[in-house]
Amino acid sequence: MTTQERRDAKTGYLALSPWMVGFVVFYAFPIIATIYFSFNEWTLAEPPTWVGLDNYVRMFTRDPLFVSSLRATTLFVIISLPTKLVLGLMLALLLNLKIPGMNAFRTIFFIPAVISGVAVSLMWIWFLNPDTGVVNTLLSYFGIRGPLWFWDLHWALPSVAIMSIWKVGGAAIIYLAGLQNIPAHLYEAAEIDGASKWSRFWRITLPLLTPTLFFQLIIELIDAFKIFTEAYVITHGGPLKSTYFFLYYFYEEAFRNANMGYASALALFLLVVILSATVFVVRTSKGWVYYEN
Amino acid sequence: MRIDPARLSASEQLRRSTRQRRARKLLGHAIIYAVMIALACVFMLPIFWMASTSLKLPRELMAWPPEWIPSNPQWGNYAEAFGKYPLARYMLNSAILVIANIVGALLSVPVIAYGFARFDFPFKNVLFILMLSMMMVPGHIKLIPLYVLYLRLGLIDTYWPLILPSYFGSPFFIFLMTQFMRTIPRELDDAARIDGAGPWGILYRIIIPLCRPALTVVVVFTFLWTWNDFLEPIIFLRDYDSFPISVGLAFFQGRYSIEWHLFMGATLVSIIPILVVYFFAQRHLIGGLAAIGIKG
Repeated sequence: MTTQERRDAKTGYLALSPWMVGFVVFYAFPIIATIYFSFNEWTLAEPPTWVGLDNYVRMFTRDPLFVSSLRATTLFVIISLPTKLVLGLMLALLLNLKIPGMNAFRTIFFIPAVISGVAVSLMWIWFLNPDTGVVNTLLSYFGIRGPLWFWDLHWALPSVAIMSIWKVGGAAIIYLAGLQNIPAHLYEAAEIDGASKWSRFWRITLPLLTPTLFFQLIIELIDAFKIFTEAYVITHGGPLKSTYFFLYYFYEEAFRNANMGYASALALFLLVVILSATVFVVRTSKGWVYYEN
Repeated sequence: MRIDPARLSASEQLRRSTRQRRARKLLGHAIIYAVMIALACVFMLPIFWMASTSLKLPRELMAWPPEWIPSNPQWGNYAEAFGKYPLARYMLNSAILVIANIVGALLSVPVIAYGFARFDFPFKNVLFILMLSMMMVPGHIKLIPLYVLYLRLGLIDTYWPLILPSYFGSPFFIFLMTQFMRTIPRELDDAARIDGAGPWGILYRIIIPLCRPALTVVVVFTFLWTWNDFLEPIIFLRDYDSFPISVGLAFFQGRYSIEWHLFMGATLVSIIPILVVYFFAQRHLIGGLAAIGIKG
């Protein structure tokens, strides 16, 4: 190493030192500690006692709440994720039309995505109020008696999904950036060759948008599994645990019941689910994501 | 009067066909505008309903059929909401957290990114990949050990747990900033070095001033995420007076039978800072999202 290289390395490590401290304290330590706690029984009152795989055995064999929270979360992901991906793309295609004033629409559709989950939840409690809410009022004009929404066993989860789909503008904005990165000369060439709008979409737009779609799929997937605020603020997991989402169960176990050991096992399980879903998407991506060059 | 098309001059024919095309284009625009406006109305309905409710009298809340726009708007509702709920206090708490986090991010992120972007040293790539992979780790996995740590250190019910992480750099921002710094030509560093500037002088006098777009993204996102954060404050804070606005609103909703006309006003007020920042910074916000969307 020359003196210059050594000096560079010193400055480089010095610059990185805050991150290295942060990595140990805020990432490495908590992740390793969670793994360790998951093999213990621990209520904070006494020191943790090692119980081996007990927490996991309990989770997989005799915990109805684990089953219902997993079911609620999976259902939510299955309903909201594809809908959001498709509607987001459709909205982005509309917003991409070269028409004066489109910026104003972009601003409007993106608003739901920047508001806090709590504000959105409060707004929707009132919006979907079965007696005086807007939706049921509008339905009543057509002689339809609207459901009880958040207070109905079968409608609570779809209601939460609808709320999440309302934030589709966030996805649309990212698609839009992808759309605007598609070189115009491809469309010009296709037009000269007489390709219809429809085939231009399937042959140019969609393939070139697959990297964005892929990114969006992963982000939304991770996000959907972490649904929490709506259950906390609106439904408290009800009615009859129909919206008892996994992260909400984790929160109650850890910070209401102080079952730190069992909650750690739950947290790890959710991490494994999210990571395997991500890995699965990445694995299949080679088949459908198109990269230029 | 009939015109024989064959007798039209070429220029006249051209004019007609452009006029036709223009008419068709206008019609197309009109249809698109109609669709967009209809969609925008549907999307804005929950927010509109919140605003409308916030101006009603209590007895109008349950009125049937409901009034879409209150005929007698009660602007006094807002003063009443501020009197009834400690909204000003909660917003101030949120503002304190936002400022503290922004300061932390601005102090740490450029320095760390500078290390990644400008210097070569052993294990740099390993460290970079390690940092990127931390972007994929969902935050919930860290909550229990951190809670226990803060409990032991006596930091529960203080703002430290909600502020400290920013001072050590968040992977997403470090990544964004590193990518941005790599686009700044190294010749500028060299020129400054010849003029006698040291590595830190180069960072603070040459590079950081050029990083303003990326720094804006950091500031805007830190603002939005801190203002909207909910899970961490409910875990690390206990004292009602210390709640940020998100937790404060949820707390009142869960514990008291609410007067919805006041409460909708409070919720609307709580999102105004977000909307203001969003309107002024949307270009940067969308640019930042696009950057991760494409490069990530």
